[in-house]
Amino acid sequence: MGNPHSHGAQCSHDAPQKHGQEECPDNGHDESKRDFIFISAASMAAVGTGVVAWPFVATLGPAKDTLALSTTEIDLSPIQEGQAVTVMWRGKPVFIRRRTAQDIELARKVDGDATAFNSLRDKQKDTDRVKQSTFGGKEMPQWLVMVGVCTHLGCVPMGQKPTDMRGDFDGWFCPCHGSHYDSAGRIRKGPAPHNLAVPTYTFLSENRIRIG
Amino acid sequence: MNRFFAALTLATILLAFPAGANEAESQLRTPQGGWPQSGIFGTYDRGALQRGFLVYKQVCAACHSMNLLSFRNLASIGYNEDEVKAIASEYTVTDGPNDEGAMFERPAMPSDRFHAPFPNEKAARAANNGAYPPDLSLIVKARLNGEDYLYSILTGYTAAPEDMKMMPGMNYNDTYPGHQIAMPSPLSGDDLVSYSDGTKATKEQMAKDVTQFLAWAAEPHMEDRKRMGARAIIFLLVMAGIFYAAKRSLWRDLH
Amino acid sequence: MAGNTTPTDFGNPVINWIDKRLPVFTMMQKEYGVFPTPRNFNYLWNFGAIAMVMLMVMIASGLVLAMHYTADTKLSFNVVERIMRDVDYGWLVRYIHMNGASMFFIAVYVHIFRGLYYGSYKQPRELLWILGVLILLLMMATAFMGYVLPWGQMSFWGATVITNLFSAIPLIGDTIVTWLWGGFSVDNPTLTRFFALHFLLPFVILGVVFLHIAALHVSGSNNPLGIEPKSDKDTVPFSPYYTVKDLFGVCVFLIIYAAFVFYAPNYMGHPDNYTPANPMVTPPHIVPEWYFLPFYAILRSFTIDIVIPFTDIIIISSKLGGVLLMFGSIAMMFILPWLDTSPVRSARFRPLYQKFFWLHLAVCITLGFMGAKPPEGIYTVISQICTFLYFAHYLIVLPLLNKYEKPLPLPPSIHEAILAQKK
Repeated sequence: MGNPHSHGAQCSHDAPQKHGQEECPDNGHDESKRDFIFISAASMAAVGTGVVAWPFVATLGPAKDTLALSTTEIDLSPIQEGQAVTVMWRGKPVFIRRRTAQDIELARKVDGDATAFNSLRDKQKDTDRVKQSTFGGKEMPQWLVMVGVCTHLGCVPMGQKPTDMRGDFDGWFCPCHGSHYDSAGRIRKGPAPHNLAVPTYTFLSENRIRIG
Repeated sequence: MNRFFAALTLATILLAFPAGANEAESQLRTPQGGWPQSGIFGTYDRGALQRGFLVYKQVCAACHSMNLLSFRNLASIGYNEDEVKAIASEYTVTDGPNDEGAMFERPAMPSDRFHAPFPNEKAARAANNGAYPPDLSLIVKARLNGEDYLYSILTGYTAAPEDMKMMPGMNYNDTYPGHQIAMPSPLSGDDLVSYSDGTKATKEQMAKDVTQFLAWAAEPHMEDRKRMGARAIIFLLVMAGIFYAAKRSLWRDLH
Repeated sequence: MAGNTTPTDFGNPVINWIDKRLPVFTMMQKEYGVFPTPRNFNYLWNFGAIAMVMLMVMIASGLVLAMHYTADTKLSFNVVERIMRDVDYGWLVRYIHMNGASMFFIAVYVHIFRGLYYGSYKQPRELLWILGVLILLLMMATAFMGYVLPWGQMSFWGATVITNLFSAIPLIGDTIVTWLWGGFSVDNPTLTRFFALHFLLPFVILGVVFLHIAALHVSGSNNPLGIEPKSDKDTVPFSPYYTVKDLFGVCVFLIIYAAFVFYAPNYMGHPDNYTPANPMVTPPHIVPEWYFLPFYAILRSFTIDIVIPFTDIIIISSKLGGVLLMFGSIAMMFILPWLDTSPVRSARFRPLYQKFFWLHLAVCITLGFMGAKPPEGIYTVISQICTFLYFAHYLIVLPLLNKYEKPLPLPPSIHEAILAQKK
């Protein structure tokens, strides 16, 4: 009994290949029907397992209470020109800097200079980065709001405190792997692939902001 | 015969054990027409839930908290985003500390929890003659036959029998275990609230509505659960059928 | 297992390459593919596979729940409710886990009583049986600790009552209980250690299940006739015959399971567990989960103190007596292979044993009902009678049957028995 499926006189589903038609005279038609049943049974089982797995995976996403808490409001009035604050939003630091005229000028110079702009790794104009900083039609480019997480591997860059290193471009500097960001938060030097991300935010008044 | 016994035993264990464990309480009342949410296909009646919320807000919430609910949950009983925001902003919550280190008050947001009437259990007891009004978030699931029990409590205030000695501050209720309940009749008369949909706010109607609201609060995903259950069971029935066919065709030739 | 296997040709070069170096495929083929299995199983033999599926479902759903759970007396109740309300499909996974515990016990109890009826515990399967009883004990410990985690009223009071059982131990009982609690009542240290153990024990169960199956594959399966297969005609390869049959059984079982999860998720639970734990107020009826009820009834049936005659010195207090009886009821299952020494396995050929089997099952079910009743009046008397009958079955009936029962003649082989039945 070398063949495990040839017990007794049974006709298992793969029997005809081994024994021909003698032992199982009437199963030529049966055979394809049985294959069909087996294939549909196996596919039902596969689909079922997949469908059951989905809710288990889905539970690990952010829950409804987490999503509901995803806005933060900040009063900006105490921030002087040139100063910056770091606030918590969705468990991450958000940088809010009140830029000096010099900061803005430095950033906008790159906007206007085609060669400098094209040499940016992540091409984005300073005007685009602060376009949400408006209230009642008034533009307020001094307010730069960014998620303070380096786009390389997630460290928090330095440059918020007056005593911090600000890197070669007078913006932010990530000490982990040496990424330099300019005064618009754009990546200029180092391994980070993208500019610091700008979250969705709205000004509720001239010095009150809601992030998220 | 053996198979029959096995099936019988399994069925007994399945059905009789928990029934034995949960002995039925004394006669509870079910409102006329029953509960729309009961049964395999039962769903919540959105109109009743909104009316029930109004009763909770204007009557029960004076003493009872619902700590597990947030204003945002009201979206699933049919309020739109602006209505939820409006309801939330009727309450103030203490938030903080702010940049000066002080706590401050602000209007509630949809993400805030329902406003609790008392800051803690001690305060609740002090204000209620020593009794603690329980949190209502799960009350329907925390009582046997929760809906009927609640409805019966709410409509069960009658005059105490003459031979019964009532403790001071207690009220007679024909459903409450021991019949002496600290809570005074919350729905003491008709028209305690005015329904915007024109439904007459009788005692029974308010009791029925608020019970449905509390049933929803205890089990907000009940409708999803039943809908998904129908699909799951149909799928399993088909799958069982196919596997049975596979088993039959496989075993048929075995002699 | 690997030493004496000849390499199998699987047709696929990658599989052959792996199998030559690590013969997992050959092993699977041997143990689950061609494994010769008696061909006369009835549907009761599905429950081993069903229990295995339930263990997997419990581990998978438990893992997901553990990722959302926090073991802290101040937080646990609300964290579980957060899973129920805010986590996507959290209610589904929690109800799967909650009802899964009951369904797992149903599968295992059917599996056990099937073993009792067909004599599956007898030589040479004694160790296989004992490993199974060990799995049951581990399951009870796991289920008990899991029930504490939501920190509702029944969680708290169940934990208090069950841990207090150990205080019945003379002299050192109170010390042991304090040690179990990590304090002077069931509190945060108790909850955190129960969570750790509740996470660990399922994997211990998995290990013992592996041994259980390893032992099964040494002796081979028992079957409804209780006679060993004699030739190839008596067996079929496990796959596809029993894989397909087991999957059909699993499907049917899952339908019942789904009916509970989706349409009566709290039917087997207790309403009091939706009230947060309160160490100051005990609920009027403390009732364990249904799968513990027979043991709970045995525990409570011992109501007298045994004293030295003519003195007040208590040898066995009713408290200690109850605990001893309860553990004794499980000990009976451990020593069962040596209590029932009749060479005939299946109750089909043991007319007297068959009757006593059904009586024993009825006793166990009645004990279950009594466990849910308040311990007073007629219920105590019924519990005591049933407890006596429970122990009498093992200690009196089985040894007597060994001596006096005349078994019916056994069929010569499984194959011939099937042919005779077909005529």
